[in-house]
Amino acid sequence: MHIAIPTEVHPGERRVSATPQSVMRLKKLGLGVRVQAGAGCGANFTDAEYAEAGAEIIPDARTLWSDADVVLTVRPPTEAQAGLLKEGAWLVGFIWPAQNQALVDRLAARKATVLAMDRVPRITRAQKCDALSATANLAGYRAVIEAAAHLPRFFSGQMTAAGKIDPAKVLVIGAGVAGLAAIGAARGLGAVVRAFDARPATRDQVKSLGAEFLEVHIDESGEGAGGYAKEMSPAFIEAEMALFAAQAMDVDIIITTALIPGKKAPKLITAGMVESMKPGSVIVDLAAEQGGNCALTKPGDVIVHKGVTIIGHTDLPSRMPAQASQLYASTIAALLEEALRDGRPVVDPANDITSVAAVLVHGAAPAPPAPKPVPAPAAPATPVDHESTPAAHAKPEPVTHAKPAPSAFPMRTIVWLAVAGLLMALIGWAAPSSFIQHFTVFILACFVGWQVVWNVKPALHTPLMSVTNAISGIILIGGMLHLGGKVSSLTVILGAAAVFLAMINVAGGFLVTGRMLAMFRR
Amino acid sequence: MTTELRTIAYIAAAVLFILSLGGLSNQETARRGNLYGVLGMLLALLATAAHESFGGYGVLAAAAIPAAILGAILASRVQMTAMPQLVAILHSFVGAAAVLVGFATHLHAGGHDQGAVGELVAQGKAALEGAEHAVHLIEIYVGVCIGSLTFTGSVIAWGKLQGVITSKPLMLPARHFLNVLLLAGLAFMGFLFFDAPASGGAGWLLWATLVSGVLGVHLVMAIGGADMPVVVSMLNSYSGWAASAAGFMLGNDLLIITGALVGSSGAILSYIMCRGMNRSFLSVILGGFGTEGGVAPAPGAVGGEVRTIDAPATADLLRASRKVVIIPGYGMAVAQAQHSLAEITRLLRDRGVTVKFAIHPVAGRLPGHMNVLLAEANVPYDIVEEMEEINAHLPEYDVAMVIGANDIVNPSALDDPSSPIAGMPVLEVWKCGNVIVMKRGMASGYAGVDNPLFYRPNTLMLFGDAKKNVDAILAAIR
Repeated sequence: MHIAIPTEVHPGERRVSATPQSVMRLKKLGLGVRVQAGAGCGANFTDAEYAEAGAEIIPDARTLWSDADVVLTVRPPTEAQAGLLKEGAWLVGFIWPAQNQALVDRLAARKATVLAMDRVPRITRAQKCDALSATANLAGYRAVIEAAAHLPRFFSGQMTAAGKIDPAKVLVIGAGVAGLAAIGAARGLGAVVRAFDARPATRDQVKSLGAEFLEVHIDESGEGAGGYAKEMSPAFIEAEMALFAAQAMDVDIIITTALIPGKKAPKLITAGMVESMKPGSVIVDLAAEQGGNCALTKPGDVIVHKGVTIIGHTDLPSRMPAQASQLYASTIAALLEEALRDGRPVVDPANDITSVAAVLVHGAAPAPPAPKPVPAPAAPATPVDHESTPAAHAKPEPVTHAKPAPSAFPMRTIVWLAVAGLLMALIGWAAPSSFIQHFTVFILACFVGWQVVWNVKPALHTPLMSVTNAISGIILIGGMLHLGGKVSSLTVILGAAAVFLAMINVAGGFLVTGRMLAMFRR
Repeated sequence: MTTELRTIAYIAAAVLFILSLGGLSNQETARRGNLYGVLGMLLALLATAAHESFGGYGVLAAAAIPAAILGAILASRVQMTAMPQLVAILHSFVGAAAVLVGFATHLHAGGHDQGAVGELVAQGKAALEGAEHAVHLIEIYVGVCIGSLTFTGSVIAWGKLQGVITSKPLMLPARHFLNVLLLAGLAFMGFLFFDAPASGGAGWLLWATLVSGVLGVHLVMAIGGADMPVVVSMLNSYSGWAASAAGFMLGNDLLIITGALVGSSGAILSYIMCRGMNRSFLSVILGGFGTEGGVAPAPGAVGGEVRTIDAPATADLLRASRKVVIIPGYGMAVAQAQHSLAEITRLLRDRGVTVKFAIHPVAGRLPGHMNVLLAEANVPYDIVEEMEEINAHLPEYDVAMVIGANDIVNPSALDDPSSPIAGMPVLEVWKCGNVIVMKRGMASGYAGVDNPLFYRPNTLMLFGDAKKNVDAILAAIR
């Protein structure tokens, strides 16, 4: 089994599908790994590092492709590359089959088995293979950094002797993984952040990151299958456009992340809105590759329109190539692990990850898996913030039984008081006065003990126990009272034995308490 | 010294004991509290010995001095992890002493022995006639029974904690019936004892000692390892009541007061431990976990995938965090990992990471066990927090590291009403950013309940021996 890691050929792509670390992981699975010379160059991984991790370095792309059993890529391969693929080989990477039909046909002709990272289902078990979320997280963060670089002002507000500077205002449209990452990054830089998403479920996540959640007052949920957004009704779109128009005049940065699976990105920011923005404002369009959320976006480019910078980079993750590669390599290795059976990859129809991610199996489109209703995960399963899933947030309702209004004297208390009173009366009636005297002392001592001990800190419960242990050695007084008389008499012997045992307690208990207490220090 | 003066000394000693317990309310005054206890004991001892009617200094010295030396050796040698065993065996001494005092008192009252000391006892019990005589017999009988029960129960508890006896609960088929039978037998023998002529009851007293001893063995045998905090504090309470009973039979108020203090202290600790497990005192004492009602779900019913992590990655995660909370359990004590853990804590704190320890009330085998171990390892006590203090703040923490604990971090206690541990307060570690669970394997905890925590998406399992893993993390952080 040979896994091939080719150099990415897409212009500007600096990521690589395996890092030296993930090569080690693949080697541990018993797979041979071949890396094209210079594959990690863009992400600052040297060939030497790969070789050290156990990979074989292949200088020539043609050999690498044509001899591989499994090829791992980041971007979809070119058709020329696809043609090099050995018959029946595997290809794993971002494929975007809907947009790349010609490529899929070409691969089908090679009888290839193709797993698309973009098709990995969004189920809990598949989180470790979720390259889209991992990538989106990077893109969201980077979008803020790019915006900051183009923004001619502070992000955070400042109060200086020379006057006050307001913080920058950021609007994030779409609160998916990328949107949430952008919110987090912008908040981190000190900006005031507002966010909008058609899916009401995202409100709590937005708020948990410290941003304001903007709403339109039309009752419609944008929640589609699998936690992605769906297309909205015209009335809703009109309302949200009005909202964006109002916001555009106010904010300094707009970051758009609105995508609908398999469709062109919705146009949310019109040319008019761009022109209404303050000069110097920045728009970062994360949907640029799918046509852009802004009407003026030029995919892959940065333009300035009437003083407003519109960033349409399509390579945001690639601008942090080492981390992006690391995360991507980890997800792709996890997917491969998922597919391996006895050292060979197979597409098991029973496996709910690989069977869904498979675009082609031996050159044929697999039977579509029964469309399982994937419920909207309450949170888009994000690797960045696990606990924002409402399931985890929701406080488990304490199991409360309907309690009757507490009365001052519930029945039980009355019964107990009655029993205790009766017992007391019995003792008072039957017991001699000397006993009553001792009994009084006993009861009062119990209450004193009760009051005093409740104040003891839980941390000191062990010392409390050993000191009470030592104190209960007071029973040695009882033994002492029997020590008079003949040494050979039975009572003296019993008394002496009692003194002996109790004294061990007294000495041992106090000393060990002292030892323990000496250890407690601030 | 006159009797009046001695009584005053006793009052002073009782006050010192109360101050001693009061002093333990916080760490600053705790050492002074221990000193008060020592002073009170010395005062009581001297006052008794100095009384004009006291005789037998030779015997006292012969018994007390070697015992004091023996106790001192025990106390200085014991490992902090072996503290539960020591406390248990010390309880047994009090129980045994109470039995011996009871017998001595009975034999004395029975007229076997006439001597100077007779006057001493007689001052407390001037003339034992009629009702007084009956009450006196009851006092002796009850005192001996409690003492014997405490003695055998503590010895068994010691054996279980020491590992000499299996910590699995012993479930005899008709154990509740057996308990009732033993109690009934005790009551019957008590009746025979009262009925016996003044000098002839000793035989029945001996039998009662045996039967209550068997009861003590049976009660503690039926209780499993994790319920030990309750058992040890219950025996602590019993040893107090035994001392109190001895006070009644001797007419000595100091013994009564001290016994009552200890007895209520132990009772409170038992109560706190039971509340920590959301179980009634009776159900713990009668043994068995989840055997009455409550459907124990089949192990493995909680499915899902477990993600693992290794020690170097854990070290990376810890170093990269801002706030870390560590939850130690009995497993940490067993593996003796507290010193390395303390070192990790120190290194992380030096790097500016906030580190806290969260202690569940029933973690370990003794109330406050974890605190003592952490104190031994020089963990400053102000970063060690109780469950109630820290639970609400857990979502602020980036990493929770669970070491050798299981049931006390089980989310099903809160969200699964059918769970045997439903309603037990737990540390809600799953609200932290990441949870690292150090464990030997996937075995369930003492309660036999599967832990859904292990399958949470933010949980990472670090399998292996706690000590080795902690050492590896320490090496990686350095």
